[in-house]
Amino acid sequence: MTPARLRKLAWHALVLAIVAVMLYPLVWMLASSLKPSREIVTSVALIPRTWEWSNYAAALEPRVGVPVWRFFLNTALISAGAVAGNILTCSLAAYAFARLRFRLRTPMFVFMLATIMLPYHVVLIPQYTIFQQLGMVDSFWPLVLPKFLATDAFFVFLMVQFVRQLPQDLDEAARIDGCGPFRIFTLVILPLLRPALITTAIFTFIWTWNDFFQQLIYLSSPDNYTLPLALRLFVDTQESVANFGPMFALSVLSMLPVLLFFAAFQRYLVDGMATSGLKG
Amino acid sequence: MTTALTRSAARPRRRRNGTYGDHPATGYLFLSPWILGALLMFLGPMLASLYLSFTDYDLFSSPTWIGLENYERMLTDDPRFGNSVWATLKFVVFGVPIQLAAALGVALLLNRASRMSGFYRSAFYAPSLLGGSVALALVWRSLFTADGPADQLSELFGVPSRGWVNDPQLALAVLVLLIVWQFGAPMVIFLAGLKQIPQELYDAASVDGANAWQRFRAITVPMLSPVIFFNLVLNTINAFQVFNAAFIVSGGTGGPSDTTLFYTLYLWRKGFVEFNMGYASAMAWVLLLGIALVTGLIFRSARSWVHYAGEKR
Repeated sequence: MTPARLRKLAWHALVLAIVAVMLYPLVWMLASSLKPSREIVTSVALIPRTWEWSNYAAALEPRVGVPVWRFFLNTALISAGAVAGNILTCSLAAYAFARLRFRLRTPMFVFMLATIMLPYHVVLIPQYTIFQQLGMVDSFWPLVLPKFLATDAFFVFLMVQFVRQLPQDLDEAARIDGCGPFRIFTLVILPLLRPALITTAIFTFIWTWNDFFQQLIYLSSPDNYTLPLALRLFVDTQESVANFGPMFALSVLSMLPVLLFFAAFQRYLVDGMATSGLKG
Repeated sequence: MTTALTRSAARPRRRRNGTYGDHPATGYLFLSPWILGALLMFLGPMLASLYLSFTDYDLFSSPTWIGLENYERMLTDDPRFGNSVWATLKFVVFGVPIQLAAALGVALLLNRASRMSGFYRSAFYAPSLLGGSVALALVWRSLFTADGPADQLSELFGVPSRGWVNDPQLALAVLVLLIVWQFGAPMVIFLAGLKQIPQELYDAASVDGANAWQRFRAITVPMLSPVIFFNLVLNTINAFQVFNAAFIVSGGTGGPSDTTLFYTLYLWRKGFVEFNMGYASAMAWVLLLGIALVTGLIFRSARSWVHYAGEKR
């Protein structure tokens, strides 16, 4: 074997070793979802001694009197609402910031950037009070409505950067053909913005799906619980020790949509994140 | 990216052919959802929470003005507050640099052409995507529970242990390991940055006889410094606000002995468990000031170690 080949092999071996360490917790979770509850915690092994498929059946039994499909549906509804809101309003705002001219544009843009850095906790309590006054606590509105107000400044910024690199000539041409700003936006900008829109959609979906803090604060009745809240029940209740199998089974099921999204769009995700500096 | 950010804000690009300003209202029309959001979700709530931070407020009766009392109590009469600051600082100070070092190390390792690159990148990135989820925090908790895999590993090295998550000396390390494990996100950004460094620089240095370490020190680090800076700022801000993992791993308590009582976890307890909304608001403002202070320090230090190609500062 030539030294160059040997070095290449060693490189692959090293990277694969790190990959194995990285993926161990995920594979361990998958394996644990198929082990008997007693075996799980004490076992480092990745292959169950006895295959306990019933964990999945147990995971899908109702929790706190609510069927588990309901948690999936709730999470999906909130995620879908968040995606729709972000796509619609962040693109509108981005177009205005990148292409239109109006007196307050610069101060507003600076404020928008500042909100990216702002810790959510600074607005948390008054926001909660507002939604409480509106009678919206313990509904999905507090989780979805803000997305229709372009509050995810990171995505506005991402799209502003994207619109800025689109050739201005296209807008000019459309303008000469008699298009107003609204038609330029829908006919010229939006179609070209597609990659940024897809990145926004994927990240909004995954982040909302995985979110916990806001759901913990706003949702209180079991009927409105999302998957993260349902999973949290395993921490609260004493049953947890005996119920490790179902807990891992439900964990796997709850991660499935994210993992499928990841598998389907990983190119978009990783590239989109690299170019925009988005965080996972 | 941060330069692009400030530059574009300061100097809006000039339009070649006038503007679309025939109808100045159009801009505001397109921005109307954002404007509404900025006023109702940010500006208004910020002012309100500043006001609330000077009050005693339980969410149900109207707030009563108590001046600086919340802030005073924080500093003089609340050891748990001090604990939460301390736990958070330790988490940030250990977690972020190790995470970024791992990210940079693996990025350097991956920065070569290979048919497997795509797979490797995705494999390293996957934990970052799942990292904040409750499901993964549950897994993490189980990995480090008594007699769990982590215990068995430490026993293998002759260090007896009875559950890292129950051990005040180790509980925080469990959470640090979790954030380090999620190095995929900054790694991908490092990789993109590494691709921008011209190969000729390395070739020239090699011709001059520079070894790998010297090339890393003299070329990679300075050329990558804006990206390092960006990752440092963003990951620091995010680390200050970490909540889900601490909540799940400690069962919402921040235990053992408050060693994982992160700032946001304590803030949540004050606000939404004890209904001490005034105090929680004051804590939120202290958090904002703390983050501003730390990012300010990073920005200031950046003058001496961040280099922008083709841009004299």
